[in-house]
Amino acid sequence: MAVLEILTYPDERLKQEATPVGAIDDEVRTFIADLEETMDAGPGGVGIAAPQVGRFQRIVIVDCSKTRKPVPNHGRLFLINPEITQWDGMVVGREGCMSVPDYTGNVIRAEAVTLKALDLDGNEQEYHCEGFEARAIQHEMDHLDGMLFLDRLVSRRNDLFKRKVYQKK
Amino acid sequence: MSHWYMLTLVGKDRPGIVAHVSAALFDGGCNLGEASMMRLGGNFTIMLMVEYEGNKKGLDDMLEPVADSMGLHRHIDRIDAELHHHLEPDVRITVYGADRAGIVARITGALAEAGLHILDMESSVAGTEQKPIYIMQIEGHAAEGIEALQSALDIVTSDGIEAQLESIETLIG
Ligand SMILES: [Zn+2]
Repeated sequence: MAVLEILTYPDERLKQEATPVGAIDDEVRTFIADLEETMDAGPGGVGIAAPQVGRFQRIVIVDCSKTRKPVPNHGRLFLINPEITQWDGMVVGREGCMSVPDYTGNVIRAEAVTLKALDLDGNEQEYHCEGFEARAIQHEMDHLDGMLFLDRLVSRRNDLFKRKVYQKK
Repeated sequence: MSHWYMLTLVGKDRPGIVAHVSAALFDGGCNLGEASMMRLGGNFTIMLMVEYEGNKKGLDDMLEPVADSMGLHRHIDRIDAELHHHLEPDVRITVYGADRAGIVARITGALAEAGLHILDMESSVAGTEQKPIYIMQIEGHAAEGIEALQSALDIVTSDGIEAQLESIETLIG
């Protein structure tokens, strides 16, 4: 087990596209354990993608179970070769990234996503995620395609899309 | 030894001001830090952090030609500043209502007492001349928690002023 070094922009490798995982063998599982340890060592990260530590394979971990304000979540998700099959709604939220220190910005994401991915045993799973967890998955999956949240920034000042839930006192 | 200065420029808005000013600063050997430009009431306004080797007089002399040519008032303060120390807001407050004297002072006063540290504030007067409305958006840090701010807002917004408060949960991933 080891905490891996996190690449930070402007490291060009963060713009590289990752390739699908072939066999999920012990080597891959050992790497995923290291990736998990790296995520847990970071400051408050709710997810990590393999390219952030310089491994260009389609692997992400997401865990929204410990947010300040509890949100719907599936616990710790290990997603191998994830593919989003459906996007619903749009919402603006604030994001930062372990690979882009000291900056946060507003990004539009789908409010809910349905996705397929292999689990650690190589079995295909389907998940329906919404809100903060859906955002985390989209953020991490962007890393697999060499995209950063900086590529998706919207106006700092104006929410183009208001929250779906409008509460009147 | 270089120092940070806060440069403020105000004048009638026209295209190209940022480009001309930043070119003059670059040619004069300055580094730019954080900046915020806004158009307020048809006026161009900008505040920007400038790192410069010389003294205030030197910076002022450097800026005089470009500021005069673009009709800009300028103001320079030497500041203590550092980059890479952003504070993250954890709450966003939107307030709107019929424009009335004292609305900003009343609301921000109550929020300050309830522990709000404002990091970013923007307000506008919209509507018509006959029926102006005031809209304010604030992002800040709730030092005493969001519930304290909500309670404060509930008290000051009782008469025709609408306020919404939402927490900002920043995703780090
Ligand atoms: Zn990231």
